Amino acid sequence: MVYENPDGVRIGLEVHVQLNKLNTKLFCGCSTKYHDSEPNTHVCPVCLGLPGSLPVINEKAVEYAIKIGLALNCSIVEQTQFHRKNYYYPDLPKGFQTTQYDFPIAGEGKIIIEGEDGEHVVGITRAHMEEDPGRLQHMGSIDKSKGTLINYNRSGMTLIEIVSEPDMRSPKEARRYLDKLRSILDYLDVFDGDLEGAMRVDANVSVHWGDRVEVKNISSFKGAERALLYEIMRQKNHIRRGGEITMETRHFDEARGVTISMRTKEEEHDYRYFPEPDLVPLRVADRVPKVRETLPELPDAKRERFMEQYGLGETHARALTTEIKVANFFEEVAEKVDPKDAAVWVSDILKGELNYRELSIDAFTVEDIVAVVELVTGNKVTEQSGVEIIRTVLDDGGKPQDIVEKKGLLKVEDDIVATAVEEAIAENPEAVADYLGGKEKSLNFIVGKVMQKTKGRADAREAREKVLAKLKE
Amino acid sequence: MATWTDISGIRQKIADSSAEEITASYIETIGKSKINGFTTLSEEAINVAREIDANGHGGPLAGVPIAIKENISTKGLSTTCSSKILQGYVPPYDAHVIEKLKAAGAVILGKTNMDEFAMGTSTESSYYGPTFNPWDMDRVPGGSSGGSAAVVAAGEVPVSLGSDTGGSVRCPAAYCGVVGLKPTYGCISRYGLISYANSLEQIGPLATNVADIATIMDVVAGYDNRDSTSINRENTYSDALKDDVKGMKIGVPEEYFGEGIDEKVEKAVWDSIAKFEDMGATYEKVSMPHTKYALASYYIIAMSEASSNLARFDGTRYGYRVDGDNWHVMASKTRAEGFGDEVKRRILLGTYALSAGYHDKYYLKALKVRTLVKQDFDKALANVDVLMGPTMPAPAFKIGEKIDDPLSLYLADVNTVPINLAGVPSISVPCGLADGMPVGLQIIGKHFDENTIIKAAYSFEQNTDHHTRRPPEVA
Repeated sequence: MVYENPDGVRIGLEVHVQLNKLNTKLFCGCSTKYHDSEPNTHVCPVCLGLPGSLPVINEKAVEYAIKIGLALNCSIVEQTQFHRKNYYYPDLPKGFQTTQYDFPIAGEGKIIIEGEDGEHVVGITRAHMEEDPGRLQHMGSIDKSKGTLINYNRSGMTLIEIVSEPDMRSPKEARRYLDKLRSILDYLDVFDGDLEGAMRVDANVSVHWGDRVEVKNISSFKGAERALLYEIMRQKNHIRRGGEITMETRHFDEARGVTISMRTKEEEHDYRYFPEPDLVPLRVADRVPKVRETLPELPDAKRERFMEQYGLGETHARALTTEIKVANFFEEVAEKVDPKDAAVWVSDILKGELNYRELSIDAFTVEDIVAVVELVTGNKVTEQSGVEIIRTVLDDGGKPQDIVEKKGLLKVEDDIVATAVEEAIAENPEAVADYLGGKEKSLNFIVGKVMQKTKGRADAREAREKVLAKLKE
Repeated sequence: MATWTDISGIRQKIADSSAEEITASYIETIGKSKINGFTTLSEEAINVAREIDANGHGGPLAGVPIAIKENISTKGLSTTCSSKILQGYVPPYDAHVIEKLKAAGAVILGKTNMDEFAMGTSTESSYYGPTFNPWDMDRVPGGSSGGSAAVVAAGEVPVSLGSDTGGSVRCPAAYCGVVGLKPTYGCISRYGLISYANSLEQIGPLATNVADIATIMDVVAGYDNRDSTSINRENTYSDALKDDVKGMKIGVPEEYFGEGIDEKVEKAVWDSIAKFEDMGATYEKVSMPHTKYALASYYIIAMSEASSNLARFDGTRYGYRVDGDNWHVMASKTRAEGFGDEVKRRILLGTYALSAGYHDKYYLKALKVRTLVKQDFDKALANVDVLMGPTMPAPAFKIGEKIDDPLSLYLADVNTVPINLAGVPSISVPCGLADGMPVGLQIIGKHFDENTIIKAAYSFEQNTDHHTRRPPEVA
């Protein structure tokens, strides 16, 4: 099946990733761990843009950028260079942003996503390095603010801007792209995506192969999907009413879920780019082989390997490889128990319980899940009890063995079930007659009686089979 | 009373009396100054001197007074670039060169006047008013490091630091009859130097003699990991203080004696070259055909960089501020009131040169010309050891004479800007008088070959007495 893309939707994304796992900022030695600090405590003459200060490139940031470029299948430029993007804004202490222009560190690449019609390739145009500005804090709402405070703690943080081709054909594909990108970046261990402002998205979107509109100020992946759905609908409606879409920049109002025009093409800034004289061109080609060696197995490769090595289906393999932590967790579990059981218990059950509680895989130990799987596969407890053990560990703590004992979850012996079945049949002749007369529902009644007698410790499916077998005798 | 003692003389005097006494005597001289060379005096200077007396100091400049241009950051000491927009700005950190000077025991007496943001050739555009040339109070001291040159010429301090973007050390050195060095680009860290045109400028020393220049260079030059354009290269500049130019090959660019050159300047320079011949050097004329385009290229590049460098002065974080209803109004008003006319002119021209549609025509073309100018130097210096010519085509002009004619002011830089475009080192030494005003001889060297031009300048000094002449007004 080929996706028809009936509205001729084209979406391109510009994603700003803050490399907050670096120890220091892009051009100075200030610490990047400012997220819980007082305003303006992680600053120095360089990131405050004080007169006379000069930037010095963070070599580790260059390494991270190369790593990201390689992971996105990009070509890495021989020699990269920084430019100044000139514009005035109070969060920009130098009156220009140091960024990259015609020699971005990474050139064309690609990301493969699960598209509307199966595997879909999204082209990467480029990935370049730049510095983050500070943050404005309005005293009150933006219109009625009595004043604005500026926090420069963020100023000078390393950003990688990853620009895609307009290859996505629906908001869903855009979301998949963002998820995949985040997954890859997680694998590279270059950023902590949970920190505020770690990933920021601008979107370019057009319908019916028309002019593109840029949507800014998208602060979450969910927000991206909503903004795109709204913007596509707006453009379609506008065209249906006889209007024409022209190039403009719009602002996403997250609270109202709408996009608002900021400026038209004529009002676009002239950024007067020119090479940053304080930073000499940087040869990066020589560093590539060494960085390539540090590249981990990436999600696509890991998924393939899980299917091959553990005999998993694609769904399980995909679910288990999205997050590197989950993948590693799974592999540890798979060493101890049957990998297929491990996949079911980690991917289908444990991850569900964790998501429900908004917890990460760190909230559970390999040892505990192995214990649960062994209890279930060893026929010691029922599947249902297995789930209950997991829930109890998450909610109240404790070890699986203790929980089994405390809650009396050990599966009852077969003969007890057999006795219960015999008794239930003997004590309920009417129900038996009804069932044999064709009333299917009466079977449930008898099985319920068996469960009552065993105080729920019997496996319901097993009990049902045994009742059936007995009735057929 | 002005004394014009060199560094070794001062160190002797300190040994005989005290650093405190020496510092106090210079402060006293400055107190009587009529030239308006200093903008701010350091209240700490005398304490620093006392400290050195009390505890001793083994540094090469222990107790030696020095003056610093207004655009070099000094912790706790006003650094305004002689601009209203930086009124009240006191840096929280020291420039690399200041750290080095302090470590060497130098006593920073104060800050010196300059053209606003180093944009000028006369030190007339300063927010603090013009500095006067000690040789003739009606004349400019040159610029933009006019204060740094004038205070040395007037005996108010033995040595000073300036900065040279297109001749800003060499021009005032020539006009005031002192020695000034523009080192190779990358030789001295620019960390803490408030940028005018980053790709062109270097900090440079000014003194009454070549030996003091070498002594200061030994202290301030060298690698600094906070300046990405700083080069890691060891050198001892005072090793070059030898009277020996035998066999030295001098190139004399014809283009440096072009239209508008003062006859007496021309004669003083040719007499100097003849002197070098007497001393055992040889000379040949060389051609540097792209010199005539250098000025245009220089101004476009400098103004383009400046338009971006000066964007940070918006009244938000430090310096002068005019309040407004919103940030954009505040920033606009602050800049309208805070910058002088010449600075605004250069910001506007630089903004224009970088704008879409003009970028290729001006900025890119200027970069291409810069490459050609560099090639001129590479070719010329392939066959000779040094190049020589007049630093300035004419002696110091009258105050107010050119201030309303920016183009003629720009033209005065014709022999100094090509050196900054190429990044090579150049020293200006006194080589005579023209109608009672000093003339500077410019000696240009190969990249990082400061020692050859220092040797040539030192030898010239040993065999002539131009550097011993003092301005009549203060002598």
